[in-house]
Amino acid sequence: MQWGSPLVAVAVTFLLGAAAFAAMGEPPLAALHALFVAPLNDLNGVAELLLKASPLCLIALGLAVGFRSNIWNIGAEGQMYIGAVFATGLAIHFQDRWGGWMLPAMVLAGIAGGLAWAAIVAALRAHLHASEILVSLMLTYVAALIVKYLVFGPWQDPAANNFPFTVSFDENALFSPLMNYLAALEGTRLNTSLLLTLAAIPLTWVFMKFSFTAFRLRVAGDAPAAARYAGHSEKRAIWIALLVGGAAAGLAGVTEIAGPIGNLNDRWTPGYGFTAIIVAALGRLHPAGIAAASLLMALLYIGGETAQVALQLPRAIAYVFQGLLLMALLACEVLVHFRLQWTASTRSSQAA
Amino acid sequence: MQTATPPLLRLAGIVKRYPAVTALDGVRLEVAAGEIHAVLGENGAGKSTLMKTIYGVVQPDAGAIEWRGAPVAIPDPVAARGLGIAMVFQHFALFESLTVAENIALALPGRFGLTELGERIAEISARYGLPVNPWRSVHELSVGERQRAEIVRCLLQSPRLLIMDEPTSVLTPQAVEQLFDTLRALAREGTAILYVSHKLDEIRRLCDRATILRGGHNAGEVDPRAESEAALAERMIGRAFPETQKRAHARGASALRVSELNLAPDGPFGVALHSINLDVQRGEVLGIAGISGNGQAEFLAALSGERRVSPREISLAGTAVGHLDAGERRGLGLAYVPEERLGRGAVPGMTLAENALLTASRNGMVRAGLVDWPAAEAYAGRCIREFDVRAAGPHAEARSLSGGNLQKFIVGREMMQRPGVMVLAQPTWGVDVAATALIRQRILDLAAAGVAVLVVSEDLGEILEICDRVAVMAGGRLSPVREVAETHAAEIGAWMAGGFLQ
Repeated sequence: MQWGSPLVAVAVTFLLGAAAFAAMGEPPLAALHALFVAPLNDLNGVAELLLKASPLCLIALGLAVGFRSNIWNIGAEGQMYIGAVFATGLAIHFQDRWGGWMLPAMVLAGIAGGLAWAAIVAALRAHLHASEILVSLMLTYVAALIVKYLVFGPWQDPAANNFPFTVSFDENALFSPLMNYLAALEGTRLNTSLLLTLAAIPLTWVFMKFSFTAFRLRVAGDAPAAARYAGHSEKRAIWIALLVGGAAAGLAGVTEIAGPIGNLNDRWTPGYGFTAIIVAALGRLHPAGIAAASLLMALLYIGGETAQVALQLPRAIAYVFQGLLLMALLACEVLVHFRLQWTASTRSSQAA
Repeated sequence: MQTATPPLLRLAGIVKRYPAVTALDGVRLEVAAGEIHAVLGENGAGKSTLMKTIYGVVQPDAGAIEWRGAPVAIPDPVAARGLGIAMVFQHFALFESLTVAENIALALPGRFGLTELGERIAEISARYGLPVNPWRSVHELSVGERQRAEIVRCLLQSPRLLIMDEPTSVLTPQAVEQLFDTLRALAREGTAILYVSHKLDEIRRLCDRATILRGGHNAGEVDPRAESEAALAERMIGRAFPETQKRAHARGASALRVSELNLAPDGPFGVALHSINLDVQRGEVLGIAGISGNGQAEFLAALSGERRVSPREISLAGTAVGHLDAGERRGLGLAYVPEERLGRGAVPGMTLAENALLTASRNGMVRAGLVDWPAAEAYAGRCIREFDVRAAGPHAEARSLSGGNLQKFIVGREMMQRPGVMVLAQPTWGVDVAATALIRQRILDLAAAGVAVLVVSEDLGEILEICDRVAVMAGGRLSPVREVAETHAAEIGAWMAGGFLQ
């Protein structure tokens, strides 16, 4: 039952998507094949899938902790930007001096950046009762502007002919490619940050299942009056819920800029922070479900690209599918709890 | 009552099945015009389902309904009202921000002027001794006044049959007498009254006949005035009535002290508390009587720590705790059973083991920040056994339990923490007779073991049965504390209406 609605939602999405292709004059099966099967035909495709799934999964794991307590952090995208900004700041100033300590320092700085950005939301929500949904969403646009200011201004690479990006990171400021350790992965872009995500999945599961903190977060989400009665601090729950999401998003930011991107620019993310919200919901806030859902959403990203090449479909097709999936999921959730009743017309109360 | 004329209402062989239970299994009921007829039974006996069947809210799966000798179907409440059936619900359906007249206008069919309606309300309330001002907003009214507004609303439709569902659970003894006078006056005019209750003494005083239900079956039809309370109870629960035993015990030092507690209301309909002083001693049960909405919720929130006050206003065994939160006060030996069971005392969607962890986490269930689930399950299991909780086990969800069983679980969970001070709000409200007896007995045992117990209850019978001392809360103030042995229901009743405020 628990997994029923996500599976139904995925099925409904495929049906609606096929209908959309048919309406556009594309053979539906061929289009679906191009979107969801063709990208996985070779090792490189699978590697690209994992590369995109990794940040999605990481962010969604952090968000799920907060969502379980009914705290809706919509601004993981912004927290990811600021995490990347903190890490980049260290990298461009110290990468020639800090040697092997560079990457660990960037990871910590990235987490700190995500925490700092989420802390603004937490402080406003816990102490001034501001809506965390609005604040976190609006701060995302602030964060995007900060990134733009930096890469167009003080941090711009002087040798970049006015293109908006920083200097490239040196090897000690990058996650090392996995193919250095595993010859079979020759030619792929996978890097060691994938190991962080793989470790985060079971750790989050243990945290959710066994930590008293996670239990208190769930109580705060399910029954706020029971949380007050038990003496759990509401403010503490708000802070933890938002900070965990912020830290995960900040970390994901580092894994991107110190991974496949290799510098900071103004358009390095395809909206991981927003897509991760769908991933968390599709995975029913469960770590295993989130891992599976992140693979599906990553497939949409790369499938969108192959479909563009193979069928000349617009790239937006990936976002259409994301939207369809979210709508189908929400509709399924509603229909699990409520039943539609068709009525001809409501009878007048005067009839008595 | 056996005459040639058919009874006003006759139900025969009524069956109502729900997926898991058969709520009504071949129930019959006959009500004559001008009769006050009791429907007596425990929670879950089928009283409410039967009343909803008559009022058209529930459709029976089998059985026949006859109204004045002719078979009828009652598909919805509109049809019931069309026949002349009116119902006063246990939980009132009134809009707080509207006046009495506006509320009544909403329920009446047809077009009419508010002024004219107000006059009719005043006329009805004068005729039946139901004082209620049509022009006051509902949120300003006491519970008794709200009930009178509901009754007036029903009487405006000149019903032939009036159904009253547990009407006295929220009334002072004086208000109960007033209600009974009204009902007797209505019956003299030929209105039949179906009076649903589990309060035996009231039924014996008021009713001409009683239909007893047990587990969805008829368990007898009797003249309640001719039967003893014990005999009625035995028919109702199917075995001898459990009686609580007070054990001799000595009172000790002060364990919970409230001094000059003042508290502003926390919302537009909240009540302010004014200089409350109270001292609960080890080994006693102190009762706070009074009608809900007189500051009890605010007082309990201040006691439990859900609302914080200045340190000295509340102390536990001499330690000032007013500034501490609920968790910190628990750590100092305070246990609390709240009035709301689902959503406050327990998380509905969580298992009993998880709900044990909710407040009993200090009992070795958390080590190094990690939950020891087997310990939580063992605690829940012990609670299920020791407090006779009917549940599938520690993995049953809280919301799957009946009200009485969930309350036994919550009471058990709190008592097993070996508190120094135990606070209980409405410990047996809506709980069946057997569970009520168990809970009251455990409260007495706890006091006998030297724990200071504070019981806040609307049920005056309960207070007089289990408490050593009693005070009354009205209008956000607390009356002087009396020994139960030296007071009586009339004095407490007068205080409940605010009589101690001069």
